[in-house]
Amino acid sequence: MKLLKDTWLMFQRYLFVFLRNPAWVAIGVLQPVLYLVLFAPLLKSLTATPGFPTGGAYNVFVPGLLIQLGLFGASGVGFGLIAELRAGVIERFRVTPVSRFALLLGRALRDILTLVVQSLILLLLAIPFGLQPTVSGVFVMLGLVALIGLGMSSLAYAAALALKSEDSYAPLIFTLSLPLLLLSGVLLPLQLAPQWLQHIAQANPLSYAVTAARDVFNGHGSDPDVFKGLAIMAALAVVGVLIGARRFSRAIA
Amino acid sequence: MIATHDLRKTFKSRKGAVEAVAGVDLDVKKGEIFGFLGPNGAGKTTTLRMLSTLLPPTSGQATVAGFDLLHDSAKVRYEIGYVSQEGSSAPEIPGRTELVMQGRLYGMTKARAEQRAAELIAALELADCADRPTRTFSGGQKRRLDIGIGLMHLPQLLFLDEPTTGLDPQSRARMWDEVRKLRDIGTTVFLTTHYLEEADALCDRIAIIDHGKIVALGTPDALKRQVAGDVVVVGTDNASDRVLQLLRGESFVREATAGDGVVRLYVDRGETAMPQIIRALDAEGIVLSSLSLNRPSLDDVFLHQTGRSLRDAA
Repeated sequence: MKLLKDTWLMFQRYLFVFLRNPAWVAIGVLQPVLYLVLFAPLLKSLTATPGFPTGGAYNVFVPGLLIQLGLFGASGVGFGLIAELRAGVIERFRVTPVSRFALLLGRALRDILTLVVQSLILLLLAIPFGLQPTVSGVFVMLGLVALIGLGMSSLAYAAALALKSEDSYAPLIFTLSLPLLLLSGVLLPLQLAPQWLQHIAQANPLSYAVTAARDVFNGHGSDPDVFKGLAIMAALAVVGVLIGARRFSRAIA
Repeated sequence: MIATHDLRKTFKSRKGAVEAVAGVDLDVKKGEIFGFLGPNGAGKTTTLRMLSTLLPPTSGQATVAGFDLLHDSAKVRYEIGYVSQEGSSAPEIPGRTELVMQGRLYGMTKARAEQRAAELIAALELADCADRPTRTFSGGQKRRLDIGIGLMHLPQLLFLDEPTTGLDPQSRARMWDEVRKLRDIGTTVFLTTHYLEEADALCDRIAIIDHGKIVALGTPDALKRQVAGDVVVVGTDNASDRVLQLLRGESFVREATAGDGVVRLYVDRGETAMPQIIRALDAEGIVLSSLSLNRPSLDDVFLHQTGRSLRDAA
């Protein structure tokens, strides 16, 4: 009960901060839109390549793009936390009886909401280009994005609490998110990759999310890969939340 | 309100262990303003952070606001307020929103928290700025808001870490008034400071801390009385060492130290000592550049206990 109430208070706080500057929603969507406009058209001529998934360039590319939005959107959330650490806000909360878990969950829920709104905007913008979404596809897609948001933002907060400075946090997330992106098959399907690259990609949890997202958008909604992708993202979320909660509950951070 | 026994904190770093707090025994009474005076790095903030549940002690015992610090920290948190040196509000959030949020974290209803926030905004004279984001606040307004945030849940005990550092003299005087008002309503205040004037003017009792240990504890007056009757400061042009040699052995000098180009003589009665000093220096042909008679300050207490001036150490 206290956890729920404190989480709600924290969620409101961070939503308020976010809504004061709604431009961030648009800025977060801008990068994927650039991919949509300036990169996705390149794929049109590749759809006939052997190994390229069926469904057309946009139904193949946009699901991956949403996974990328989740990854990049969530990994940047630590900057706000570092600013709050510096302002003394986190220390102030630590002296109060607030649930430590709520300090994490309240923020992470705000991040999920942001990502879901951004995903919907991106899906709508992709329709004129040729995306043909299905209702079930959109729901599964948003579920995947929400789970990635929960897991990755929790990990990002844990990293921010451990590093305490933008100077070490920024290089860390840039160094980690690029290989995660390249090994997820977002930009080009991994079916086009050589064997060794496919093997490495199997170690990347996000590659399963991308596969699941493509499947639901291209008429393979009942494929076991969809369930597998969701399950792996749920596991990632649980692990992320556990690590993040541990960090928040430690006395010194 | 606070009782500690042999409280210690050791930080481990690559260079080895550093004992930031090396056995602190304290007894802070209900309703007093208790000051922790010492140079930067003396262990003031570390002690404060331990007592406010932010930092687990390495060893020792402490009872804060009636509860055991180590085993009942959750209960301690309901009874204490804490105002850190760094501030406590987010720049984009209005002051009033911060106050209400704080109250709700302690379980107040929304209506109660809004009412209490309005009381504090009036008492701390923040009405002009309360509904603006805190980034627009002046330094003094921000500090008053920090205090308000610490007081939202009517704590029995308020911790203030360096409450006036970085404030202009006017805001500092204002802050002192606010702290005294807290004592008037029965709130116990535990503050740290490295300003002698602040400890002297504001605190009922002070503990002087250096290198993680309390070196003196008492009311400012009692501490000053411990030092000696008066302090005579003798200034010469580059003859401090000779003056020290010459006067140290005199029967009326209880203690003497040299530093900053002056010699400080601790004497029982300054009025009678001064003519004797002048005669003794005259006989040796030492030219005086200045001579002054002072009541001992807390700096003399610090100097007496540690051999260093707090002004140099800080």
